[in-house]
Amino acid sequence: MIEKLCKILSNNQVAPDTYLIRFSSPEIASEAVPGQFVMLRINEGFDPSLRRPFSICGVEGEDVVKILYKVVGKGTKGLTYKDAGDSISVLGPLGKGFSTPDPLKENFLVAGGIGIAPLLFLYQKNKSAKIHFLSGFRTSGEIIDPGTAGFDAEHMIATDDGSAGYDGRVTGLLAEKLEQYKPDDTCVYTCGPHPMLKAVRDECLKNNVPCQVSMETFMACGLGACQGCVVKSDLTAVKTPYLHVCKEGPVFDMNNIDWESK
Amino acid sequence: MTDGPDISVKLGNLNLKNPVMTASGTFGYGKEFDSVIDLNRLGGIVVKGISLKPMPGNPPPRIVETPAGMLNAIGLANLGIDGFLKEKLPFLKTLDTKTIVNIYGHSIDEYAELAGVLKGVDGVDAVEINISCPNVDKGGLVFGKDPEVSARVTEAVAGNTDKPVIVKLTPNVSEITVLAKAVEQAGADCISLINTLTGMAIDIETGKPKLGNVSGGLSGPAIKPVALHMVYQAAKAVKIPVIGIGGIMTAEDAIEFLIAGASAVQVGTANFVNPKASIDIIDGLIKYCERKGIGSIQEITGSINVDK
Repeated sequence: MIEKLCKILSNNQVAPDTYLIRFSSPEIASEAVPGQFVMLRINEGFDPSLRRPFSICGVEGEDVVKILYKVVGKGTKGLTYKDAGDSISVLGPLGKGFSTPDPLKENFLVAGGIGIAPLLFLYQKNKSAKIHFLSGFRTSGEIIDPGTAGFDAEHMIATDDGSAGYDGRVTGLLAEKLEQYKPDDTCVYTCGPHPMLKAVRDECLKNNVPCQVSMETFMACGLGACQGCVVKSDLTAVKTPYLHVCKEGPVFDMNNIDWESK
Repeated sequence: MTDGPDISVKLGNLNLKNPVMTASGTFGYGKEFDSVIDLNRLGGIVVKGISLKPMPGNPPPRIVETPAGMLNAIGLANLGIDGFLKEKLPFLKTLDTKTIVNIYGHSIDEYAELAGVLKGVDGVDAVEINISCPNVDKGGLVFGKDPEVSARVTEAVAGNTDKPVIVKLTPNVSEITVLAKAVEQAGADCISLINTLTGMAIDIETGKPKLGNVSGGLSGPAIKPVALHMVYQAAKAVKIPVIGIGGIMTAEDAIEFLIAGASAVQVGTANFVNPKASIDIIDGLIKYCERKGIGSIQEITGSINVDK
């Protein structure tokens, strides 16, 4: 793990409100595993002051790290102003990533919107495994195309309004697919907005399929010091009432999370 | 002997190699930052507040960013004094820096008991009392808002410890000097201020508070001018050393606090923004002393020039 000024190689829009930033960091590129994240300092000033956490969405060669991000507020808006040649302070790689998919199993990567980011990295690192990549978006205009982001990943699309691909939520698509395979041969990896994660978890629970979930919370330090980024745990599975997304996550076994809270 | 300026400071019986400590709650138990900075360079580490029993903390969301600052309502989550001594202190003891244990209780007896547990414990260099938490014996009224109760907490700890006692003051009072004098008289060896300012933020779409706990503590650059003024006032009111805290992000900020009357500083929220902030501040203090021809950093303390 490092804290360093890294040189930005590019920062381009790849979908509506969605950007891909590439920066140079041999340390992170060699060390990072899918599901891990970095904390980026948006500017030298103090508004915004806190770093922002971003999943790593891929690496290129031995020194390029890629982050796919959606503009949702002051921090991500500020990030869009960065240009190739600028430097950015990067802390990472941080947290615990996904466990490596079993190449003999049917591995389902289930993304909701910008939640596609860490799953692209998981896909990139496990090309020899059997992967079914499902992505859900609200509407066709919001689709994030992996090709545009420099990935050769192929995904099945679901749109909530039926304007492209499967007509309905990505969990509906997942339910159809899971029926085709034996639960023992199947595993799900997911990232997306909280209600979607809960729906994926419910589907996995119903089908008795294991599921790893990448969670997102507000975060200050990223190092396990501030204890600000907790989620409530399921006390039947975990001893402590709260889990720290930065240190014990961001990827959790679905059974360790209390999905009824909040 | 080195040729550089002397940046060591004396806080009563507590000697620090430099005036920069990391503030409680922003630096975990030190180990969290071990891979990012050389912890041995720090003047001291004030650990996350410790209670007698483990505390789970508040429901999320626990933090929210505000302009040039942040609100937190962590709820003093910690592993309890036994867990601290067993799991965290051994690592801190390997460091060439001072370990200051921040303690909090829910009653005066709990504070006294915590002090007693730490009595004679090797590797604990000082105790910092957090009086910014609710007193269950007084219907949840914050200890630190009442000078008399604050004095009694201070007495209870000072009378049951062999360590220097630092009392960390809350700024959520009408007159900080009254509080500062009260704890000084009760036996505090040192005061540190300010703790966070109480605040809140609301999501206008849902109408809900942005923090799970409704309100929280504001920290960061936004509170620095308030903190600086309170340190200035408190330093004039007491004879014991004052530790300045509140929005210190840079060496320039730290120097302002020293000039206002602080003998040392604690760096808090800056650790989140720049994990190397405390080290950058130490380097900046050395450069400042060199540039100004200051032989000992202690000369700066209280050197404010208010002549019209």
